[in-house]
Order: sequence, then structure tokens, then C-alpha cells
Amino acid sequence: MDFTLILQNLGLGFSTALSLVNLAYCFLGVLVGTLIGVLPGIGPVAAVAMLLPLTFNLDPVGAIIMLSGIYYGTQYGGSTTAILVNLPGESSSVITCIDGYAMARAGRAGPALAIAAIGSFFAGTVGTILVALLGPPLAEIALKFGAPEYFSLMVMALIAASVLSSGSMMKTICMIVLGLLVGIVGTDVNSGMSRFTFGMSGLADGIHFAVIAMGLFGFAEIASNLSDKADTAERTVLNQKITGLMPTYEDMKAASGAIFRGTAIGAFFGTLPGGGPTISAFSAYALEKKLAKDPSRFGKGAIEGVAAPESANNAAVQCAFITTLTLGIPHGATMALILGALTIQGIAPGPQVMTQRPDLFWGLIASMWIGNAMLVVLNLPLVGLWVKLLKVPYRFMFPSIMVFMAIGVYSVNNLDLDVYFTILFGVLGYLFLKLNCQPAPLILAFVLGPLMEENLRRALLISRGDPTVFFTRPISAGFLIAAILLLIIMIIPSFKKKREEAVASSEVL
Amino acid sequence: MRIKNFEDFWSGMMFLAIGVLAIWESANYPFGTASRMGPGYFPTCLGGIMAVLGSIVALKAIESSSVAEHAKPAEGSPFAWKALTMLSLGFLLFGWGVDRIGFIPSLFALTVITAAAGSTFNIKEVLIMSVLLIAGSVGIFIYGVELPIPLFWWR
Repeated sequence: MDFTLILQNLGLGFSTALSLVNLAYCFLGVLVGTLIGVLPGIGPVAAVAMLLPLTFNLDPVGAIIMLSGIYYGTQYGGSTTAILVNLPGESSSVITCIDGYAMARAGRAGPALAIAAIGSFFAGTVGTILVALLGPPLAEIALKFGAPEYFSLMVMALIAASVLSSGSMMKTICMIVLGLLVGIVGTDVNSGMSRFTFGMSGLADGIHFAVIAMGLFGFAEIASNLSDKADTAERTVLNQKITGLMPTYEDMKAASGAIFRGTAIGAFFGTLPGGGPTISAFSAYALEKKLAKDPSRFGKGAIEGVAAPESANNAAVQCAFITTLTLGIPHGATMALILGALTIQGIAPGPQVMTQRPDLFWGLIASMWIGNAMLVVLNLPLVGLWVKLLKVPYRFMFPSIMVFMAIGVYSVNNLDLDVYFTILFGVLGYLFLKLNCQPAPLILAFVLGPLMEENLRRALLISRGDPTVFFTRPISAGFLIAAILLLIIMIIPSFKKKREEAVASSEVL
Repeated sequence: MRIKNFEDFWSGMMFLAIGVLAIWESANYPFGTASRMGPGYFPTCLGGIMAVLGSIVALKAIESSSVAEHAKPAEGSPFAWKALTMLSLGFLLFGWGVDRIGFIPSLFALTVITAAAGSTFNIKEVLIMSVLLIAGSVGIFIYGVELPIPLFWWR
């Protein structure tokens, strides 16, 4: 590997990211991310979709720096509420509640918050280095991919997403197919024929992903919260003063191993398509509990139980950028939205981005590291502010979210039809929640749908209709075999039971 | 025969219905051959996969023997009729109004109607919130991002 080249590239990255404008976007992104992370009831998917109109007038670099900041910022914010209020701001912080809140009740909220931030920062730094090191060689390999390879890769990514998401796998695969079908709506690029538009001219360009994201993740979530009477629920915030932010030497010693292992697990699941911060956090916690000399400490305020999952979820988020940026295949729902934003800016995601727009790729990497440093500052000294924010009642929050969503959806195309379709997807999303169907794989499949059809068509055109082409080309065969292995693992009873246990325990919390 | 798992049964039926609908609609588009795919090829395949998987999900949710475990009683929160209706109504009015009666009046309608979706409604509180939200949105979206939306019906 050419080290001077990497340093040169990083130099370009930092000079891009350190420009005043981009620093401001980075700060805005992580600030909003922290806010979203702190506030329960709104996740990164809806947040990125909501803020999309704000990026239309930005240059592509600023836009992606800001949207990425939102994504990894939520991981920091989510831990704050988990520790102080026993309320996970994000699903990836669910497991942090157990020991984090126990520590807070024992008067050790300060060290818990500090170790979460230190772990996240360490993981973020490692993640950023990994993106810088692994990105270029991966992109070089990806440049050699043909249509069959891309098709098989997407099949594998979607299968992995269904295996790693919670809930029934069969239903998740159905949601993926539904997402692919929704992706077909609009004009077929090859024949010029309108498909699934049912005579509506507004659908000629297809349904915009912001419409689906805000319907499924914003609208539906609010309806569900309201029927759970979340707007009248009292939030009990620990009223003690947070004293002694710095962890002791013993704390650091106990947590450092957990931070390393959590980072490794997060990096692994993050790079894997379909894996994500939530599964990383759960696995990291489970590993620490297994390795501990005295597992009974867990649940009563073990510092490893905070350090490991918080490092893991942040490492996963950073490493998700590896596959997303180099292959142009989004890795989860949030990444799909960020790539969609790039497409609006006229940049086709894929391995060529690195050579054509090095300022964008390396600028983003540098900004991620800067953003992580900003987040430590935002989260530790300002923790009191975030806690105050939690006291804002939900009855003020949900109309504000609705206003932002309405304007966001409308401004995408200045089309009232988009607003009506958000209602449709909102009601559908509520039904999905009621029927226990996962909406995140749907949106991933929706973004991949057109790419998948195009590559399938091309692959079969080259092979003159012979479907064995997917198995005779080695890389493509590798992806498909991996997908099949994943499916087989799912059918093995012992693994199935483990996965169901994990899902069940995550629901109890 | 009894339904063992309502969630799975109804989601399976929903997937089956959507799958059949997709095949039905795709029949209007030329199918083509594998080497020269028509616009109907991919959606027909997807509809087929969906219908099959949906049927399996639904069938697995049905217990054929009489010693079946008792069906899970409907748990959780009640169906959110009120919230869904008010939120949808707010969005409908906003979508209809934003280009006709303008940004400010349609936002006002949106905030007041969606606020009514909650379980408490204090008119004074809602009005103050509505004014603040409108002021903020006009500041950010009209003067900040310069979205081309008329403020009022007289433009």
C-alpha cells in the first residue's frame, strides 16, 4: 500500500473539511444528529429525510458532510438519554440502558457518559482510519465488477439485511420484495413505458425516497406514539447533579478492553452489508458478559456494559461508509437516503466517485473525524442542555416534526401529490408496525430496485438469457454462495433459537 | 383450523394480495424473454415471489389441529384511528393549500389539526406553538433556503 499517497489524500481531505463552510456544515450535522439522538420517537432515517431540502442548495461536499454528521451524531446522542433517563434515543442504544442507567442511579452518571463518549470517539477514529485504508483498494476491485457481480452483490446485501434485522425473516424478505416493487413505479428507462403509475402523471418519475422515508419512519412513528399515549407520559429525568465527569483509573482499565473489542465487533458488522449499529451493540454487550470474570455485575452498573456497545455502534456507523462509498451499494436505510441525496446533486454513487471527486471522498473522511471530536465536546460539557431538552413534552414535538416533514416532502418536487403519497405510506407504515413487519429493509430495497433490474437485464443480455452466468463468474458466485449460506444458517434450529432469543430480549428492554 | 398468529396471518395475506396485484398489473406490459427482457419481466417475477412467500407466511400462522395453543389475545395499544385521521387530514390540507392559499395559512391549518391528534388540546398553547413554528419555518425555508413557495394566496 502506498502510504505517501494516503497521506496526500488525507491532506486533501483535511484541507476540504477544514474550510470554514464545511466545518459549519459538519457542526450543524452533528448538532442535529445529537438532537435527534437525544429525542426519542424520531430516528436518523426520518431526520435525514426531513433535512434533505436544506441540502438542495449546498454543494455536494457540504451536503454529504452534513447528512453523514447527522447519522453518526445520533449514536452519541442516543447514549445520553439511555444513561440518564433509561430511555434509548435510538434502537442502537437500547442495550446501553441496562448498565448505563444502573451506573447513573448509583451516582456515577458522569463516568458513564464520559466512557460512552471516549469509547465512541476511539471507535470513530478507528472507523475513519479503516475507511481511509480499505476504501481505495475496495473501489479498485469494484471497478472491475460487471453486471452479474453487481446483481449478485445486491442479492447478498438484501439477504444479509433480512437475516440481521429483527423480526420474522420471511416477513422481512416480503418487505424487501415490496420495496423492489415500489422501486419499479415510474417510467421504465429501457422501453419508456409507464409502470405501476395507474394513470397518474405525477408518478412518471417514480416515488421519491423522501416520501417513503417520511411516511414509513416519521408519520407512522408519530401515529403509533400517539396511540401509546406518549404525549401525556411523564419523563422522569434524574435530577441529581452530574458530578465528577472523569472516570477513575480503575474505570479506564476495566473499560479499555471492552472499548477495543466493541470497536472490532462494530467494524465487522458495520462493513457487512445489512449489518448495523443495533446488532453490533447487542453482540458487543453479549461478548463482554461472556468474557467477564463475574457476569453477575452486568445489569448492576458494569462499566464494560456501557463501553462495549457504545464503541460498537459508533464503529459500525463509521464502517458502513466503506461499502456504501466504494461500491455505491447502500448499507442500510439511512445510507440509502444519504446516497439518494448525492444522486440529487448529480453524483452517481459508485467506485468512480473516489477518482472523479477525490475532494468529496477524502473530505468526508476527514470531516467524520473532525465531527467525532466535535461530538465529544458537544456531549460532555453540554449534557445538561440535552437533558433539559428531554423535558420538552411530546405534544409540542410531534406537530413540529409534522411541519418539517410536510415542508420537506413538498419541497422535493413542489408537488402536492408527494404530500398525499406520504399520507399513504404513513398509514401503510402504521399497518406494518401493527403487523410487526420491519420497514427499514423496504427502503433499502426500494433504492436498490432499479439498479437490480438494470443489472439483471444487462447480465442476461450478455449471456444471451443463460442464468448460469451468475454462477460461472467467480466473484458473482461468491456473493451468491454467501447469500445462500446466510439463508441456510437461518434455517439451522440452534441459530434460529439464538436469534429469536436476542430479538425477544431486545423487545423486553 | 384456527389462526395461531394474527400478525403473521394478516401480513401474509397482505403480501399475497400485493403480489397478485403486481402480477395482474404487470400483465399489461410486454414480458419479453430472459435475454431481451420486457418491462413486465422483473415485476412479474417479483409479484410471483411475493405471492408465494406471502402464502407461506399466512399458512404457517394457521394451526390445523384442535389442540392448538390459544390464539394470542389482541394486545398492545388500540388502533390509532384518531391520530391517523387527524395527521392525514393535516397533511391533506397542507398539500392542497400550500400552492393555493399559501405557505402561512396552510402551515397554520397543519399545526392546529395535527396538534388535535394528541390526547390533550389546549387552544392557547397550540396557537402559541403554531405562531412560533410558522415564524421559524418562514425564516428557515423561505428566507434561508429560498424555497419558491408563495406566503399567502395573494402571493
